[in-house]
Amino acid sequence: MIATNETRTIRLESMTRVEGEGGLRIEIRDGRVQDVNFDIYEAPRFFEAFLRGRSLREVPDFTARICGICPAAHQMSAVQAIETALGIMPGQEIRALRRLLYCGEWIESHALHIYLLQAPDFFGMESALTLSKEQPELVKRGLELKKIGNEVMTIVGGRSVHPVSVCVGGFWKAPQRQELLKLRTRLEWALQASLDTVKFVSGLKLPAFAADYECVSLSHPREYAMNDGAIVSSAGLNIPVRDFDQVFLEEHVAHSTALHTVRAEHGSSYLVGPLARMNLNRSQLPPAARQAANECGIAWPCPNPYAGIVARAVELVMASEESLRLIDTYREPEPANVEYAIRAGEGCAATEAPRGLLYHRYRINDQGIVQSARIVPPTCQNCRRIEDDLRLMVHGILDRPDAEIVDACEKLVRNYDPCISCSTHAVRIQINHR
Amino acid sequence: MPANGKPRVAVFKLASCDGCQLQMLNLEDELLDLAGQMEICYFLEARSQVLDGPYDVALVEGSVTTEHDLERVRDIRRKSQTLVTLGACANTGGIQALRNMQDVDEYTRAIYANPAYIHALAQSTPIAAHVTVDFAINGCPISREQLLEVLTSLLIGRSPQLPAHSVCVECKRKGTVCVLVSKGIACLGPVTHAGCGAVCPGFGRGCFACYGPMESANADSLCQGLAARGVPRPEILRLLNGFTGWAEEFRSAAERLERATT
Repeated sequence: MIATNETRTIRLESMTRVEGEGGLRIEIRDGRVQDVNFDIYEAPRFFEAFLRGRSLREVPDFTARICGICPAAHQMSAVQAIETALGIMPGQEIRALRRLLYCGEWIESHALHIYLLQAPDFFGMESALTLSKEQPELVKRGLELKKIGNEVMTIVGGRSVHPVSVCVGGFWKAPQRQELLKLRTRLEWALQASLDTVKFVSGLKLPAFAADYECVSLSHPREYAMNDGAIVSSAGLNIPVRDFDQVFLEEHVAHSTALHTVRAEHGSSYLVGPLARMNLNRSQLPPAARQAANECGIAWPCPNPYAGIVARAVELVMASEESLRLIDTYREPEPANVEYAIRAGEGCAATEAPRGLLYHRYRINDQGIVQSARIVPPTCQNCRRIEDDLRLMVHGILDRPDAEIVDACEKLVRNYDPCISCSTHAVRIQINHR
Repeated sequence: MPANGKPRVAVFKLASCDGCQLQMLNLEDELLDLAGQMEICYFLEARSQVLDGPYDVALVEGSVTTEHDLERVRDIRRKSQTLVTLGACANTGGIQALRNMQDVDEYTRAIYANPAYIHALAQSTPIAAHVTVDFAINGCPISREQLLEVLTSLLIGRSPQLPAHSVCVECKRKGTVCVLVSKGIACLGPVTHAGCGAVCPGFGRGCFACYGPMESANADSLCQGLAARGVPRPEILRLLNGFTGWAEEFRSAAERLERATT
């Protein structure tokens, strides 16, 4: 029993099984949760500053280095933002190939998160390495799925970590049809393995938790949005991407080298990522993914962050299915990139990274040199929401010992698949009982 | 390696994108076997179990950019028999070393509303600037094959065999037509360490040296060659001042080129 007049600080120096390094600090005073900080202490890397003065052609290669897990996402948002500034619009073939590259990244990133980072939580194990001793086939399935995502990225992008084929205007070189066809049998296996993944995660006992989320994602009239669309929310927001800065505001807090993004209007948190996308866009899933979503036992829209793993699994199905369709309908873009004239301008773009909405904006001068850059990754947008959810959850388990609270917090945070490397281009967990 | 028992391995991250340690998890076919041959004591991204040192092998990703990083890297060195650096950040300061020639206070003000909350050193520096490095794996990202070669060599107690030649040689081996000679595209392949499989020239573009300078690279000579082919000087400088631009070979070549032009 904890005396009510003491302050208790619960602290977790380094979270594990997340991308990048962060911690948690929770302060409980008089039996109430006073403060929850998802601390990102990973060093800032100043991308927005050193991009200034660089050529617009270098931006996709530079911004890829923000994150080794989702480099293509940064490349997609970057090139599309610059293309907006230049007033060019690559054709449908290039658009389709970009979507295929993105599908590869979703498969690689989602398989990594489901099997290697989050699955051990549901078996009370500390890692997939330990889990593999009891369930080798399960872990191997995850690794094989991840490998197939990487293969898609390698054929389209040259390599999976920091692809080299993406450029402003399109691709340096587009793959030939027969190269893509090599992926077909692999992706058919991936589609089946993804459906098995949905069955596997649907069978997990998800902790009960419900939060009142404002879900935010792109929405596209004809497809499950990835590369473009309007920004919509479950609270009725529907804006063009160019209005992002009017609607979302970045705040800089002491405990984080990640900026926190909130709704400008009322300073409130919101949710981006697979669960937000499934809650908003599931009617546009391709057939196999839609069927999997309908049969997985989750009532959509779902307010439980632990269902994130199911949303991610359904998106694995979607990305495998879409990859197959994109390969079957592939027409090599000719030329692989559209020519453009350098002109001064400003442009922005948002795409759906594996972890959610990713916004880039650039101002370019008449020499093609970057004058200003702004990058808002999904983890910065989820930080405040993560803290809100931690507060809500910790409030319900105050009677438990510190170690149990820390463990529960860490598991909750993993639902968001935070990417700290992305966010510190800037978040740590520590619990304070004073 | 210890005479008995499995070698104790730790994976650390400083300022970086996570991509190099991801390459270890990207060894999908070998990961479980590798993990069976070693005791992975510390690898925050992959496991919750944390075992204290000493370690037989420390793999370190990322550059030193804060006082805290500096303390960590010294601590890692004290605890580790063999220290292996992973990738361009750890070996050259990485892309974030582009700030080294800039004003960090101004940078902080440009990005963060409350600069007082940010603690960053003026420069992003390689691990070897602070402690002895036993083995360096190059690349942005490192190659999975090279990582596997280093890990298996360390497991069986032989020296890792990594190529010392340039990306140029990789192009020739693959039969990729030289982008510099045939199209006049600026390419750092002649002075860049091999390992990527010459992926950029394969896509019809020049190498931008993400694997860093090869041994005894003659960057000055390449700069003259590029200039002679009509590559504008600012473009040569931008190329040198890129992903591994803080490496001595590229930095000094860029400085000389700049002096020659003023």
